[in-house]
Amino acid sequence: MDTAYLIETIIKVVVVLLIFSALAGIGTYFERKVLAFMQRRLGPMYVGPFGLLQVAADGVKLFTKEDIVPTNVVAKVFKIAPVITAATAFMAAAAIPFLPQFTLFGYTVHPIVADINIGILYILGIMGIGLYGPLLGGMASANKFSLLSAARTAAVFISYEVVTGLSLLAPIMMVGSLSLIDFNEYQAGGIGDWIIWSQPVAFVLFWIAAFAETGRTPFHLIANDHEIIDGFGTEYSGMRWGLFFIGEYANMFFISFVIPLIFLGGYGDGSFLGALGLLGKMAFFFFFFLWTRAAWPDVRPDQLMWLCWKVLMPLAVINIVITGLVMMF
Amino acid sequence: MFEAIAFYLFAFLTISMFYIAVTTSQALYALSAIAAGMLFISAFFFILGADFLGAVQIIVYSGAVMALYAFGMMFFDTTREVKEKHGNSMIVIGLSSLAAIMVVVIFAAPIVSSNITALYPVVDGVGNTQAVGMVLFTKYLVPFEVAAVMLLVAMIAGIVLAGKKMDLSLTLMSDAEIKDLREDQNKKVLS
Repeated sequence: MDTAYLIETIIKVVVVLLIFSALAGIGTYFERKVLAFMQRRLGPMYVGPFGLLQVAADGVKLFTKEDIVPTNVVAKVFKIAPVITAATAFMAAAAIPFLPQFTLFGYTVHPIVADINIGILYILGIMGIGLYGPLLGGMASANKFSLLSAARTAAVFISYEVVTGLSLLAPIMMVGSLSLIDFNEYQAGGIGDWIIWSQPVAFVLFWIAAFAETGRTPFHLIANDHEIIDGFGTEYSGMRWGLFFIGEYANMFFISFVIPLIFLGGYGDGSFLGALGLLGKMAFFFFFFLWTRAAWPDVRPDQLMWLCWKVLMPLAVINIVITGLVMMF
Repeated sequence: MFEAIAFYLFAFLTISMFYIAVTTSQALYALSAIAAGMLFISAFFFILGADFLGAVQIIVYSGAVMALYAFGMMFFDTTREVKEKHGNSMIVIGLSSLAAIMVVVIFAAPIVSSNITALYPVVDGVGNTQAVGMVLFTKYLVPFEVAAVMLLVAMIAGIVLAGKKMDLSLTLMSDAEIKDLREDQNKKVLS
């Protein structure tokens, strides 16, 4: 552990933070444009060319709004809850290899902040911690609807964590490692080697659970729109509310990186084309989040739990058993 | 040197978090402080190179155990301060420092006399996860299986307790059926 390594890590952390906070902002622009086109509207179009500067306008609005802390709330927890959401989203990024290693001015760069050999487990754990943002925000708000929404969020996150973990177990058994880089090496041979062909069930289960873990539309109960409020974010204003959004969008981007890395070959053999391929797959999965929001209604809470415990979890367990039997014989 | 800095930083953070959890009379502060403290403890595992146990610490304690506490806390108003009964503070301080010293002595004595030998030395050339798995499925196989059976018992008991009238769904029933059900329940209460 020398000083060069420390400086390199700090630079990587800052780059990841800057890129993904900016992407989270641009993500909202994409979402509004995609939703608008699917609903035959134009979306943001007045601020800047094609409405691109709408992101900046929203940023200025969020930063300059008054930061209201209502009476009766538990002020410290209320203030720190949005920070937890954003921070946990970015902490998960530490174990994700965003690109293959490349050489810049004669210096080999590994575009992963911390190459720990249990990357997947770490990402799952940190995503589980992400529960505390909405939970503490809702419980500290002194608002019945916020509390209800926090309870619902906790139920959804804890239930679908089970599906995420169990569905990933089968691919982990095949690769024999918990490192995302090892997953990538396992599938480096080309499209035929992708894990999706041998584990289609695990892929679909993980993809469904990803929607629940990020709180996206078919499972958008965490910010309940039918109550005409914003769930746990009801009492928030200004940038604190914005931090919840940054966390949500950063999470969407990171999970869109993780799905291709585990199931769809990642960056392949590490060439320039492979890196572009990973970015392309990431873009598709991010687009799919938006597409689903335009095309699907929300499910009811009881349907959500039914789906998790009576359909997805048994499927995941059966998948593990079959994988184990196939590997044994 | 960076290990030392990280160790003292996280030691300070962990102790201050648990100090807040013990001293505060606000349930939400205590909850978030314990969750943060559990998270900071995982840093020690990472510093020692035990990545697997560090991740398990995050998942099990911060992710699962504290989330269950949080569920429990939804049944009362967390925004109000808890009125605590204060007994004799001298007894509390005396007993807790005695217990702390005892724990330190118990764990420090074998280290000081350097009487420790690893019964199952770390196998060379395998990762962290594999090493844990090897010990778990050789030396600690029986405790591991017993724990698994106990968890199974707890799970079945939980399903039995929660599963009464599970096939009944109010959202799928017609209004007349719900009315009948209500009257039925009221009769039972009155009789």
